[in-house]
Amino acid sequence: MKIGVCLKQVPASDSRIKIAGPDAGVDTADLKMEINPYDEFALEEALKLKDAKVAKKVVVFSVGGKDAEQRMRDALARGADIAVRLDDAAFAGSDSLGIARILAAAAKAEGVGMLLAGKQAIDDDNSQVPAMVAEILGWPQVTVVDKLEVSGDSFKAWRQSGGGARDVVAGSLPAVFSADKGMNTPRYAKLRGIMMAKRKKIAVKGASDLGLDAGSVGSAGAAVTLSNWGAPKPRPAGRKLEGDVPSMVKELVTLLRDEAKVL
Amino acid sequence: MSNGILVICEHDGGSLKKTAFELVGKAKALAAGPVTALVLGANAGAELGGYGADKVVVIDGDFGTHLTGRYVAAVQAAIAAVSPAVVLAAASAEAKDALPRLAARMGLGLGTEVTELRNEGGSVVGRRPVYAGKAFVDVTISSSPALFTVRPNSFGIGESNDSVAPVETVAADLGGSLTSVVATEAPTSTVADLSEADRIVSGGRSVKTKDGYDSLIRPLAAAIGATPGASRACVDAGYAPHSHQVGQTGKTVNPSLYIAMGISGAIQHLAGMRTSKIIVAVNTDGDAPIFQHATYGLVADMFEVGPLLKSELEAALS
Repeated sequence: MKIGVCLKQVPASDSRIKIAGPDAGVDTADLKMEINPYDEFALEEALKLKDAKVAKKVVVFSVGGKDAEQRMRDALARGADIAVRLDDAAFAGSDSLGIARILAAAAKAEGVGMLLAGKQAIDDDNSQVPAMVAEILGWPQVTVVDKLEVSGDSFKAWRQSGGGARDVVAGSLPAVFSADKGMNTPRYAKLRGIMMAKRKKIAVKGASDLGLDAGSVGSAGAAVTLSNWGAPKPRPAGRKLEGDVPSMVKELVTLLRDEAKVL
Repeated sequence: MSNGILVICEHDGGSLKKTAFELVGKAKALAAGPVTALVLGANAGAELGGYGADKVVVIDGDFGTHLTGRYVAAVQAAIAAVSPAVVLAAASAEAKDALPRLAARMGLGLGTEVTELRNEGGSVVGRRPVYAGKAFVDVTISSSPALFTVRPNSFGIGESNDSVAPVETVAADLGGSLTSVVATEAPTSTVADLSEADRIVSGGRSVKTKDGYDSLIRPLAAAIGATPGASRACVDAGYAPHSHQVGQTGKTVNPSLYIAMGISGAIQHLAGMRTSKIIVAVNTDGDAPIFQHATYGLVADMFEVGPLLKSELEAALS
């Protein structure tokens, strides 16, 4: 079986975000990019399944320009076998459903028997693409998974349900899983992997290669438009309390009760 | 012709969650047509009339455990029956799992975890945090219906006028499910999940040990019915489980009260909690970035503050 992993490159989580303009989005030019942290858990899980001989090959997919290749090389260096970059002028302006259509077509073309992705990308925080891909492929989905067991064609996946309980969800492959933190500890690339990854070719596919109608992706196919980008509202200035600890604590509790009214 | 707002109202065994009242009230305030409350698997919701629901639609079936396919089929049937222009749901584990699938099935646009909604010339526009709240953006959706999940505690709950809404049952073919839930592991705690919590007490790495976390943060949280949280550094050091992490690679939270104990306020952490209504920071370093965001700051040793604060809070609440 081939396992597909969806990777997105995102600004590192400690980035300071600068808005390029109200309708221009975030200026990512000077930001350090990395693999979306949740996608790293997805990649690690796929590599573990390959180590356990459940899967033969790991294929990474990324919708993005040439600059995404560095992140894909990182995945190849960690042990992925095949990298497919999905790039086409027609993809520009895709909403989540457009991205899902591209990834679903790529997963189908590559013949993967399972698809893993992060539960959300830490830039747009949409948490939509994995479930959308599953629907397009007609596969079962389990989202926000922190433990996965695969045996033959069947799987068991653990996910947080409402109220802090964890559901154990069972089903059959092929299926889509989205990974949460805690699923595993992502490995680092070893020197040998890094050297080998340099020689691997990254395939590039566009809409026609995938048999995608250009009108179903990109801004042409998008139902969601983003505008009016801005910084968060500034918080009203707070204050530091004075005095010794017991009197500060007393004052704090009075303020919480009488001024903030949160007790 | 689609019209009005359908609000997916969640409940616990027939007792409606706070988010149901919050969203119905907001839907009414948007004045974008009739408000229909949707309740899955319980004959409940008539009291939502007092908050602005014109009608309650119930879909019968077993929704006690979450199955994606069943949830999607039910909401799809409700959309067919009501023809809403907008569907609102709380950004719960269930809705965030199922609504993207519904969106793909029906070719709809979905805005995730909006914190503001407004009526712009008859169409509802959302505004949502991105980059874990480091930036905000408007979401306009051209499909009908437009789907939005809403971050809990974004709008608050209004007063009921004691009206009662008519409840009507709509038939739905819930179909087979591609998955089954073979077991449910009981929650390890009885407090609200971080993302829905109204009060949170979080600890930083300076709790120094798992013991430090368990003896300082947990009792203080328990004293005010708060959910314990932690910074990434605290989680990565192994002092608290990853499910407790607040921040960009953890939970994004929106409580009324957030008490940060020994948290310096790294940008990833601030991103996850900056929309908290009241922030209390306790830290020995008066220059820590957390103080720029705190409503009330105490430059003090949290090990000294913790027990005192616990007993003062207990006294204030008793």
